[in-house]
Amino acid sequence: MRESPAVAAIRAEGVSFEYGRQTALDGVDLEVAPGERFAILGPNGGGKTTLFRILATLLKPSRGRAAILGHDVGRDSAAARAVLGVVFQAPAIDRLLTVRENLDLQGALYGLRGAGLARERDALLERFGLAARSGARAATLSGGLVRRLEIAKALLHRPRLLLLDEPSTGLDPQARADMWRSIDAQARRDGTTVAFTTHLLDEGDRSGRVAILDRGRVVATGRPEDLKAEVGRQVLVVTPRPPDPDGAPDAGLRAEVERVAGIPAREAEGRILLDTPDGAGLVPRLAAALEGRIAGISLSRPTLFDVFLRRTGHRFDAEPLEGFRGAGDAA
Amino acid sequence: MIAPGRAVRATLALAGREARRFFRERTRVTGALLQPILFWAFFGAGLAPSFRLGGGIAYGAYLLPGIVVLVLLFTAIFSTISVIEDRREGFLQGVMVAPVPRGAIVAGKILGGTLLATAQAGLALLLAPLAGVRLDAAAFALSIGFCFVLGFGLTSLSLAIAWPMRSTQGFHAIMTVFLMPLWLLSGAFFPADGVPGWLAILMRLDPLTYGVATLRSLLAPIPDGPGGTAGGVAAGAPALGVTLLFVAGMFLLALAVSRRRDGALPG
Repeated sequence: MRESPAVAAIRAEGVSFEYGRQTALDGVDLEVAPGERFAILGPNGGGKTTLFRILATLLKPSRGRAAILGHDVGRDSAAARAVLGVVFQAPAIDRLLTVRENLDLQGALYGLRGAGLARERDALLERFGLAARSGARAATLSGGLVRRLEIAKALLHRPRLLLLDEPSTGLDPQARADMWRSIDAQARRDGTTVAFTTHLLDEGDRSGRVAILDRGRVVATGRPEDLKAEVGRQVLVVTPRPPDPDGAPDAGLRAEVERVAGIPAREAEGRILLDTPDGAGLVPRLAAALEGRIAGISLSRPTLFDVFLRRTGHRFDAEPLEGFRGAGDAA
Repeated sequence: MIAPGRAVRATLALAGREARRFFRERTRVTGALLQPILFWAFFGAGLAPSFRLGGGIAYGAYLLPGIVVLVLLFTAIFSTISVIEDRREGFLQGVMVAPVPRGAIVAGKILGGTLLATAQAGLALLLAPLAGVRLDAAAFALSIGFCFVLGFGLTSLSLAIAWPMRSTQGFHAIMTVFLMPLWLLSGAFFPADGVPGWLAILMRLDPLTYGVATLRSLLAPIPDGPGGTAGGVAAGAPALGVTLLFVAGMFLLALAVSRRRDGALPG
């Protein structure tokens, strides 16, 4: 039954999409191996939701191609849908139906019935802590329980790939942790590939691999630790003192930092950054040399924020450029 | 390729969902049935004195088939308008990514609405004795069967209108300027005898005229006479044929409208 390991869970080649004249995706390449936990990380408007919709078979790419376990999402969407479990940002449940009725309806849509359906359904209700509420109308569930029902629903037919759009949105930290525990347990049990979009850096950090999406393009792909190692062992950030209302910005500051550090610096969003192996030694020297000209110096291990900044030249939470908004991201 | 049996089961499950929802929203249940019955009670009693039909038919009896068709139309509208909520609330896109042909999804929605419409039309038919229409079991069964067919067409038409809509307000506008006139001109409300020429033409062009004429002949068989040709068309095989063409055409229209790829995207 199983395809050889060579068949990627997700393969996207040059996927592009436009909403009218607005570019949402511009030549996205992506490859996700079976069994991975893969994050598609990016700021709002980066194109995540558009990419999600293409992978979920709801949109056809205008150029390029995308395949789920070897099944093209456009030409062979029925086969792709059969191996795909999808969790949308907006709950796709029927609030007038009970928890159990929602799962039964999902089963009928995925060709499950009878004892097999009842067994899978009851096991998921138990595992996702919904058993006690199985006869309750979905409208009466809390936000956290609704999300769990959504995920249980998507897992009912044991998909090979679970695809989630911003699954943490609207959940408190406790509910988020619960949700990921349930997903990970289920994924380990069935060997399910999990791919999800997120704008939360720490969720990218806790994934096997991450693709960083910005303004419709993939700006980095890899294991979070590899991407961060590329930035350097430590990142030193010098924040200049805000200029006086009528004064000019401190133009010579970057040159001074480079002179003291002896290595080239980068500038981004008005701050000066150094990728340095010896931050601890540099901080006191810079502090002494730049006395009165700076507001602060900070030293940290690089994060995906720094990876993003280095690859794009702008901050992760910066406003997206006009013309690069994924529809739905704005909602 | 999806196995046909699986597509049918998906259709039936979606139709069952429509029925469940309907009974859990009590205002829909009562509204779609009670409003036409009130129409019948008020218009039937109010217009009876000024209404003279050949063959001694009381206006209440004349109006009954029209009221049954109105129940079909209202229930069709109330059940298909929910596709707008399905889309807005996200339910629809969850169904769209399931390995089920689009036709099976559309058929499920239409079948569910049709079953509800037929059941409510059956309840409205129970008014027959009050209207002075003698209805035996065979005529009742035939009428119910015909209501199912006509209801399928009206639910399809209503779904084709509702599918691309992003708000229920737009649907209400179409209901007022298109669906209600469709009913008013069908001979349900007044016969074509003696109306101005332009109106007679409109009534002949209205596909619902042929359905109302067929139902009227099933309820109270009148071989020839003003009651039997109320919309200006005679009941019989041609009228039944036009109705079947209308039903098939509306289902194909609903399928075509739903095949638009972006149909699942929220506003």
